[in-house]
Amino acid sequence: MSASERHGETPAAGRPRSATTRAQTHLWVAQRVTAMVLAIAVVVHLVMIVMAVRGGLSAAEIIARTRGNEAWLAFYVVFALAAGVHGAIGLRNIAAEAVGLRGRGADLAWVAAGLVTAGFGIRAAIGLYA
Amino acid sequence: MAEVASLKVSVWRGGEQGHFARFDVPARENQTVLDVVTHIQRELDPSLAYRFACRVGMCGSCAMTVNGRARWTCRTHVRKVVDADGALELRPLANLPVIRDLAADLAPFFDKWSRAHGTFQPKDARDGAVPDDFAVVPPASKQRREADAGIECIGCAVCYASCDVVAWNGDYLGPAALNRAWTLVNDVRDGGRGERLDAVAGDAGCHSCHSTQSCTERCPKNLDPSAAIAGLKRVLFWDTLLGRR
Repeated sequence: MSASERHGETPAAGRPRSATTRAQTHLWVAQRVTAMVLAIAVVVHLVMIVMAVRGGLSAAEIIARTRGNEAWLAFYVVFALAAGVHGAIGLRNIAAEAVGLRGRGADLAWVAAGLVTAGFGIRAAIGLYA
Repeated sequence: MAEVASLKVSVWRGGEQGHFARFDVPARENQTVLDVVTHIQRELDPSLAYRFACRVGMCGSCAMTVNGRARWTCRTHVRKVVDADGALELRPLANLPVIRDLAADLAPFFDKWSRAHGTFQPKDARDGAVPDDFAVVPPASKQRREADAGIECIGCAVCYASCDVVAWNGDYLGPAALNRAWTLVNDVRDGGRGERLDAVAGDAGCHSCHSTQSCTERCPKNLDPSAAIAGLKRVLFWDTLLGRR
């Protein structure tokens, strides 16, 4: 007799309960880790904005800084990925609690939405680099 | 309060659907909310359903919603909760099915204790046999102190009735069950750690907690279920990140 049987648990149809809770835990961990990344990235981003607008803001100045610069490309790719994933998981939680939108299908849709959002940001970062 | 001659008591009557009945109860100098309910049932309306046992804050069975807040009625003085006009509103505990009047059905609450693997599983003797020797657990060790911090829960469901996340998500295990799980996760004699952490993880478990701490604020035993839930999150975070689960 397994422990889960002893506790009168019936696994959900399809996926065992532990697999579902593990996936949910991974989403939670991903949101926490991306939050840590964002804490640093947002500060760098804000400082960069303040510095960039000093003495006027011009496209040429921005392009001069980012074109061919792997460090800025890497920074913005990580930033966009963290923001997309973090935001989507947060919206998932709000949707689950506020309107009861739950389930594996919804989870996959939210992860996809997060990656698409991140994709737009990464495309913009590549545009500034290339 | 002492100036008010009688209390205007609104009492929930019925099941999930119902209404408030009004009773006038003589105000006394020293009077608990449970005294008021008992007066109503004995003197005014014997059909009123409510639950109590010890009357001294040991059993945890008399919890109700008093003026919008979950409390032990036996340990709540009337003068501490009524305003100048002597109005008292009594409902059954929130977030639980209503059996009748002031009696809530605590079955879902205790079912979640077992879903959270709230039973001790001896590491040395999983089949229930008596271990060969006593386990030595230093009382001052960090893990034992963590376990001791939450061990005095008597299962009154005040925290459960006060929790917003339970109201939003009926599957959520709730503060008491997660607090219990945390005491066992820290019990070095327990052998069910991995399964228990699986049981308390995810959307129905500790990861839904918003740390708003109503449970901690309202626990009549001054326990800190919010800290226990944070402990579970911490363990699951590092175990997941470092691939230990």
